[in-house]
Amino acid sequence: MIGLTHYLLLGTVVFCIGLFGVLSKRNAIAVLMSVELMLNAVNINFVAINKFITPNDVTGQLFSIFVIVVAAAEVAVGLALIISIYRHRKSVDLNDFNLLKW
Amino acid sequence: MDFSLLTTEILVALIGLLVLVVGLVLPDRGKQLVGKLSLLALAIVLVYALIAFPREASYFNGIYQVDVFGNYFKILFLIAGILVMLSASKYIKRFAAKSSEFYGLMILATLGMMVLSASGDFITMYIGLELMTISFYILTAYLQSDKRSSEAGLKYLILGAISSAVLLFGMSLVYAMTGTTIISEIAGAWTMQPAMAAGLVMIIAGFAFKISVIPFHMWAPDIYQGAPIPVTTYLAVGSKAAAFAALVRVFMLAFPPGSISFNWNIILAVLAVLTMVIGNLIALTQKNVKRLLAYSSIAQAGYILVGLVAANTYGLKGVLFYAMLYVFSNTGAFAVATAVEVDAGSTDIDAFNGLAKRSPMLAAIMTVCMLSLAGIPPMAGFVGKFYLFSGAIQAGYLWVAIIGLVMSMVSVYYYLGVAKAMYIGVSIDENPIKLDVPAQMALWACLAGTLLIGIYPGPLSNFVQTAISMFL
Repeated sequence: MIGLTHYLLLGTVVFCIGLFGVLSKRNAIAVLMSVELMLNAVNINFVAINKFITPNDVTGQLFSIFVIVVAAAEVAVGLALIISIYRHRKSVDLNDFNLLKW
Repeated sequence: MDFSLLTTEILVALIGLLVLVVGLVLPDRGKQLVGKLSLLALAIVLVYALIAFPREASYFNGIYQVDVFGNYFKILFLIAGILVMLSASKYIKRFAAKSSEFYGLMILATLGMMVLSASGDFITMYIGLELMTISFYILTAYLQSDKRSSEAGLKYLILGAISSAVLLFGMSLVYAMTGTTIISEIAGAWTMQPAMAAGLVMIIAGFAFKISVIPFHMWAPDIYQGAPIPVTTYLAVGSKAAAFAALVRVFMLAFPPGSISFNWNIILAVLAVLTMVIGNLIALTQKNVKRLLAYSSIAQAGYILVGLVAANTYGLKGVLFYAMLYVFSNTGAFAVATAVEVDAGSTDIDAFNGLAKRSPMLAAIMTVCMLSLAGIPPMAGFVGKFYLFSGAIQAGYLWVAIIGLVMSMVSVYYYLGVAKAMYIGVSIDENPIKLDVPAQMALWACLAGTLLIGIYPGPLSNFVQTAISMFL
């Protein structure tokens, strides 16, 4: 029987894959995709928790819808920023963005 | 439900959207005017917010809270927003045709901060946080002619998105353990389990990123240096205060100190000490005033965190008090840096050489603001640090207070380094720096705020006392 634990494990695994992607990918667009993966892991969590712990209300569902909407806005801004930086550098490789360093 | 209590937020939202739309259809000259009119409108909203300060209400089962604590922070954000936009009036000409959108985004960021500080629930908190940060992503990259600006914007976006994902994951774990996302309901519903601890640590990490607490500070110096300088100011002053407001609300309401088996104070104490020590030490070596102020504001976040560690009357009072005086002192210092950057095109410490001879008033304001940040009486910073550290001592965190005091002494060195350049350094350019009227108004307001709060802290102190009454 698949229970809450399985869903939470799935969420955690997806979250870690996303985090690994963010840390290891060099292409800015791939990094944005990995961030999406992390946010979707959170959505899995919320929906599953809603189903198993509070089946009578929709707080978790609601939260995940808000996360989806905000993530879409975030990606729209992110892609715009990537285009703006591409005009300067002709590159989307994060290793090339090295003007600011401590 | 009486929606008239939301007038402050509704007005700010309307002004922000109106500025965005109207700016699109007007010619360039009109765009400057739109900015000035929106500032006037914000000033009216500020007056209204001051009148509406004692009103309280709760919406949708506590999802959105209008209370004195949130109202205090709303006033703070409005003051900060107005001061920053005033001081930037000359700098904004660099954005040319896009200057009205700049005002629009700044106002929407202010709205995000307001929602964040008034949220009684994780969902509202997340929406407010993202409204604020997404506006800041755009603002950071606003100087399109400058490579560093767009680089800073992209870095902020990636790191900010990771931090909100971590924060959300923490929230989902807390939701799993308590079955609710409403902060005041969490208080009675939770037990200490590994998943709960993981959730809390992730929430702390998410917020620590926003207030740039070490070791989550890596983004701050880069973004502060790359962003247009008014945006840097607002990031340092506004977004930090907003994250503190949310942090105080979550921890004081959902996990009240003393009643539980989870001692979050000690986690925050370690973070605060790390932040004060490392932030101040790195600031010692900086040669660029913008970057120096960036590290100094990291260190300041450490001081403010001490108040939350103490979590008693003095400590919380210190958090709110310091957040307010920090608005005046830090905006003053940044406003002088803005004037120098507009004049000399750089914020390297050499650009400040001989400023006392060129523009004595600018140099004096910079010195007063920096001494206030260092905590020298009779400036406001002294009173703020007095509250923060006496709170920590009362709560038994003597070691935190001692480290804080020692590090404030260390900070005097780099603040006076700038003063030394201004008063002893020699400049080739002897002409005074020309300031326009709005920038002068902002500078005088910052100077007056810093000195008045320092010399006569009573009224603000009473104000703060009312604002924190709901937690104690």
